[in-house]
Amino acid sequence: MKMANVELGGGGASSSGEGGQLYAGREKIYPKEAHGQFRTIKWIVMAVTLGIYYLLPFVRWDRGPYLPDQAVLIDLPARRFYFFFLEIWPQEFYYVTGLLVLAALALFLVTSVAGRVWCGYTCPQTVWTDLMIAVERFWQGDRNARLKLDKHPWSFETLRKKGATHLTWLAIAIATGGAWVFYFADAPTLARQLVTFEAPAAAYFFIGLFTLTTYVLGGIAREQVCIYMCPWPRIQGAMFDRDSLLISYRAWRGEPHGPHKAGQSWEGRGDCIDCHQCVAVCPTGIDIRDGAQLECIQCALCIDACDEIMDKVGRPRGLIAYDTIRNLDAGAESAEPLRLLRPRVLLYAGAIALVGLIMVVALMMRPDLDVNVLHDRNPLYVKLSDGGVRNGYEVKILNKQYVPRAFKLSVDGLPDASVQMIGHEGGIVPVPPDKLQAVKLYVTLDKAGVRALPEQATPFKFVVTNIATGERTEHNATFQGPPKGGPAR
Amino acid sequence: MAKKDANTPEEVGTTGHEWDGIEELNKPLPKWWLYVFYACIVWAIGYWLVYPAWPTVSSYSKGFMGYSQRGQVAKDVAASQADKAVFRDKIAAADMEAIKADPELFNFALAGGQAAFGDNCAPCHGRGAQGAFGYPNLRDDAWLWGGTLDAIHQTIQHGIRAEDSATRMSMMPAFGKLGMLNRDQVADTAEYVMSLSGNSDDAEAAARGKEVFMTNCVACHGPDGTGNKALGAPNLTDELWLYGGDKETIVETITNSRGGIMPAWAGRLDPATIKELAIYVHSLGGGQ
Repeated sequence: MKMANVELGGGGASSSGEGGQLYAGREKIYPKEAHGQFRTIKWIVMAVTLGIYYLLPFVRWDRGPYLPDQAVLIDLPARRFYFFFLEIWPQEFYYVTGLLVLAALALFLVTSVAGRVWCGYTCPQTVWTDLMIAVERFWQGDRNARLKLDKHPWSFETLRKKGATHLTWLAIAIATGGAWVFYFADAPTLARQLVTFEAPAAAYFFIGLFTLTTYVLGGIAREQVCIYMCPWPRIQGAMFDRDSLLISYRAWRGEPHGPHKAGQSWEGRGDCIDCHQCVAVCPTGIDIRDGAQLECIQCALCIDACDEIMDKVGRPRGLIAYDTIRNLDAGAESAEPLRLLRPRVLLYAGAIALVGLIMVVALMMRPDLDVNVLHDRNPLYVKLSDGGVRNGYEVKILNKQYVPRAFKLSVDGLPDASVQMIGHEGGIVPVPPDKLQAVKLYVTLDKAGVRALPEQATPFKFVVTNIATGERTEHNATFQGPPKGGPAR
Repeated sequence: MAKKDANTPEEVGTTGHEWDGIEELNKPLPKWWLYVFYACIVWAIGYWLVYPAWPTVSSYSKGFMGYSQRGQVAKDVAASQADKAVFRDKIAAADMEAIKADPELFNFALAGGQAAFGDNCAPCHGRGAQGAFGYPNLRDDAWLWGGTLDAIHQTIQHGIRAEDSATRMSMMPAFGKLGMLNRDQVADTAEYVMSLSGNSDDAEAAARGKEVFMTNCVACHGPDGTGNKALGAPNLTDELWLYGGDKETIVETITNSRGGIMPAWAGRLDPATIKELAIYVHSLGGGQ
């Protein structure tokens, strides 16, 4: 077996400054392709996540003739967020907050159970970096070929291979930036506008911005993002415990390590044969045998690499595997049964259940009609020539249905009041689909009516009646008059 | 098995800095970090050149782009006015009833009228058009010169007792000051005026005052005291008083007369704004 030209890649995180060097240069990493169950899982996850990202804007969702039919749409000019059956108004942003809380808790839960699963499989940085590495591998060959290419002086061959790599990266980056803007406008329309150069300048700007970030972060910066920029590696240490399943090198089985020739006895030595395949496949260029470390995104590729070697040398798989610190310390594969039901796991799961339940209930109880009443404050009331009193109100009706509706506005609790509405004859207010309609109206009581009120401030109700269904919605309001027992005029 | 994440001076060395025995481990920053720092410096220098940046003795460096926040605001205002021009042209051309009948124009006029009211009318009539002593409340149902859309429009255009050939003009004589009525007659008339809204408790004085009223006041305020909108003569029988309805104030009013002034806005605001104002004031609840 030939493994001689494998070198220890530096993670670049530490200790690379040589003799007075204040700044450490990046040591380029040449990840080798891995084969095995985890690599397969990662390919599938990549296909699914990228598929969702690129294609989701083109999924349609029928909302009737008045609203956009894009399944996921952030409609900034109209201040609406559409997500399949959900539609969120700006004042309902707490639903998004709830979703973010759920996402954070899910991240904590997964991390406490199985470590940095998010980092290793689904983080956009990981997915796009994986894709960019695959592109690099396609044009320049696997690890050894790439190492050779970089060692040779520049030639036409180098230029062709590297040029093709960077052009492909750029194409992917443009597609990524392009997909981003589709979430903010009708995707098919915007796609047409983009190719005919009729799209708004903002669309081109954001495509440019995300092209740049995808190209730089995914293609060039890669593991540097995880090591230097991302706060998550620093935080996640708080979520592990001795029972979390982390990708680990089973030192009790592997040590003492050393080269092994075919036919040699395995007596008195460990299973690790110093092949460095785990280092070769690592996208962050570290040695998993050094134990858990900040740079490790737990992508599980070293498990695949090691299993392949173990198969070849005829030792059992799992020298590198998902294992708990408890087992590692005990020095046996399943020294103790896996403790999934730990307090922190239960706590995270409970919190997820609670927030999820609140969200579901809130969503189910979300009214499709909202009424707000604003009482005029300046002046609170107006005295009229006959001694009567008039109060001004602004009634806001939010029609959250996808069809236009008409409502009748009336007053309940002020028997002698007359209602005057500005701009809507007959007390009928038509509200367009998915819109807010504000109505200015005045409630007037004559002198006798005002005298009959027991208090200066009288509570009453605005009743909003759906003309089509007869459904009534009430909203509390207050009628203000002059102070009781005040001067006669 | 050597831990790569070394953390002792023996393993990684020090920077050579030492303070009272405390040494700094040599953990160098990545180079690209340094380059980002340099890039920021270059960006900053470019920023100085392109945008206003440095103060000079009496001015400042203007930058190549000639950018200024004041200029930006002027540009934004111009753009917003250009956007509004479509509606404002329509409002300028349409008559008042037509504006009211068109929901789009009506809402636009309301919003514009509210803004213009705050800028121009609020100092006297109050932020909420609730009025003040001597300045009419525009929300109630009593109008000196008429509360229809056209009457309000006319008042805003030409003002009241203003320097405008078409202004609304009338003059109440200062009956006491000019010696047209003596003190007793003024007091009796005040008593009669109070009795018109049921606030007098001296029927004899009121009866004497009625005679004075019928000779001196009816021309403008009418035989029943309900006023005359053509002359801006207030209705004396209702419960609203611009200057106060107690006897002392009414005596003062008859003695010295009253005559509020409102400027004509025709030359100061453009026709569309005046129409918007009329629409807004009319919508405040008192419009007729």
